[in-house]
Amino acid sequence: MSEFAIKVNDVSKAFLIGLKDHKKETLGGTIFSWLRYPLENYNVLKKLNTYNYNEDNEDLFWALKNISFELKHGETLGIIGNNGAGKSTLLKIICRITNPTYGFAEVNGRVSSLLEVGTGFNAELTGRENVYLNGTILGMKKKEIDKKFDEIVDFSGVEQFIDTQIKKYSSGMKIRLAFAVAASLETEIMIIDEVLSIGDAEFRKKSLERMIEIARSGTAVILVTHNMLPIQNLCSRAILLEKGRIANEGITEEIVSSYMGQQTKSKVKQSWELGKAPGSEHIKMSKAEVRPLLNIPVIRPGDPFEFEFLIYNLKDEDYDLTITFHLTDEFENLLFIGSTAMTNRKYIAKKGFIKLNCRIPENLFNAGKFTISKFLVLQNSAKLLYEHKDLLTFEVTSDYAYEHGKSGRIEGLIKPKLEWEVTVKSETEVLEKI
Amino acid sequence: MPETNLIERKKPIIKTRIESGKRKWRILDLKELIYYKDLFYFFVLRDITVMYKQTILGILWAVINPVFQMVIFSVIFGKLAQISSDGIPYPIFSFAAILPFNYFSQSLSGASNSLVGNSSVLTKVYFPRILIPLTPVFSKLADFAIAFLILIVMMIFYQITPTANLVFLPLLILLMILTSMGIGMWLSSLAIQYRDVKFAIGFMTSLLMYSAPVVFPASLILEKFGYNYYLLYGLYPMVGVIEGFRSSLLGFSPMPWDLIGMGSISAVLLFLSGASYFKKTERIFADVA
Repeated sequence: MSEFAIKVNDVSKAFLIGLKDHKKETLGGTIFSWLRYPLENYNVLKKLNTYNYNEDNEDLFWALKNISFELKHGETLGIIGNNGAGKSTLLKIICRITNPTYGFAEVNGRVSSLLEVGTGFNAELTGRENVYLNGTILGMKKKEIDKKFDEIVDFSGVEQFIDTQIKKYSSGMKIRLAFAVAASLETEIMIIDEVLSIGDAEFRKKSLERMIEIARSGTAVILVTHNMLPIQNLCSRAILLEKGRIANEGITEEIVSSYMGQQTKSKVKQSWELGKAPGSEHIKMSKAEVRPLLNIPVIRPGDPFEFEFLIYNLKDEDYDLTITFHLTDEFENLLFIGSTAMTNRKYIAKKGFIKLNCRIPENLFNAGKFTISKFLVLQNSAKLLYEHKDLLTFEVTSDYAYEHGKSGRIEGLIKPKLEWEVTVKSETEVLEKI
Repeated sequence: MPETNLIERKKPIIKTRIESGKRKWRILDLKELIYYKDLFYFFVLRDITVMYKQTILGILWAVINPVFQMVIFSVIFGKLAQISSDGIPYPIFSFAAILPFNYFSQSLSGASNSLVGNSSVLTKVYFPRILIPLTPVFSKLADFAIAFLILIVMMIFYQITPTANLVFLPLLILLMILTSMGIGMWLSSLAIQYRDVKFAIGFMTSLLMYSAPVVFPASLILEKFGYNYYLLYGLYPMVGVIEGFRSSLLGFSPMPWDLIGMGSISAVLLFLSGASYFKKTERIFADVA
């Protein structure tokens, strides 16, 4: 099997959008347009079938443009990009769901897709019947399902309800059963799209482990997700899609960090030109940034990082400066207040730039999304000179794969590293001491 | 979960090429259909299992529908309008026609809704799309079989014994299925592109019913319009099917081979054109669904 598994050759895909309605001004015109309505509609619908693929046709939207890549058997490729970058369209072409407008894709082997699990589940049928229906939809034979049926049910953990109608299942049970069917497929090529985010934490871990197993078994895998860590962990190579084109291609680490860089510019770093800077008559903002202190593009739970603030002080007189910020999680819980006032030192502000670095110690943050919801500049700890709301937003990303499958996100607002000392004494030792 | 290793999967590698395929007329890919035969089996099974779920009368509906139709036809067309029935008691005369016609019209409406109703599957996973409109054509055979039992009961009641022409009944059923498949493929692929079909199917079925010899015998056409028009009439495949059913089961008239012959020609044409139109348009289904 030295041949490639997937070869995508100069694929482009156009969709028809934005056919404008012409509104009539007069009664006569309106009636006339009603009569012509069927004919116009027919032409519009017909265009869906036979539109002209002229480059400058305004009604066309190019979801993919000149995409080429190859995937060898046993290789794992990650595809990343923002919403609407064309990831799903590309996968749909490889899965034969839709055809490209130009170009072609060659696929050597059976393709199974975890595009959207549970496709074709029928609420009226029992779990057992749905396993067979869904399995055959995904391309399995009845005999194959017979053989794997027990494993599928076992993996899903719904054996108690396997002869119950699916409509009586909880949504979690449905998803687990559906994933179990899809994950039991043994094909040469597997396409995985965003399924890493289904089910509860325990099931997510189980499904990720299964996916790692698949990827390491020699199956060619294409993985699409917004979660960077499984991509970093599973894929040797990655493609960055941007507006339907391949913006970058290469070693996963490089692609991910360049993507994260452009992704987070607006959130983890803000800077302003002095003329346009927000602020008050006394204070102007210049820069605010969250910086990881380890040499990786993301912040993981426990990693040290720092905030850097740069402000411009316009006040002529010197004064006792206090900077305070509120740090909240995505549910607007206040985690803590950071303030220079707590350092028991005085900072005298003079006219000009003031740079502040606030280092967050290791082993403090748990995974989550955090915001500096308030940033306050005070004079003499009392007079408010300036308040900036929602200054920075950043993410602390946890991933099971990254933590070598040891654990999921541990509950709790913070994740401190605790020092333990456990003393075990045998009975005799205790007696001796007494 | 099993160890997925390459040694276990030394099956021949299936090669696929996906391209735009503009303006390409193809016929059915039989090899692929055979590969997906299990899926087709489960599609049909699903349809049959689900059909009467959460109803009180359940499978009785397959009896009630044709029986009530027969009663209405017998009262209005048999008693009031005194339409000729070739000497057959009117209830069984009409029931022998309702039987294949109901199958035909149910298959058509099932098929025309099929692609639209399954659009969530169409946009997510690949399998031969042709299986979708063909599923109702086969699952409605269950209702047909149940209604057939009623016909047997009625034949016992009227003490009618079938003639030797009964051996041709499977052929007529095949013709009936072929016709439904052909029109079903046309309607389903038109319906997903032009939703007008959904609205048209209602009056189309009554139009199709009154143009078929359901409430009247085909001999009436021969009588009023002459043999040429009678032959032309036979191009509507259900004409030959219905008259064939009457002749082979009830035996009051010889087998209308001329009608069946004409019907077979158009049924084959409908099937071939339907299959290739479906094949030609299926590449855009996911985009318009």
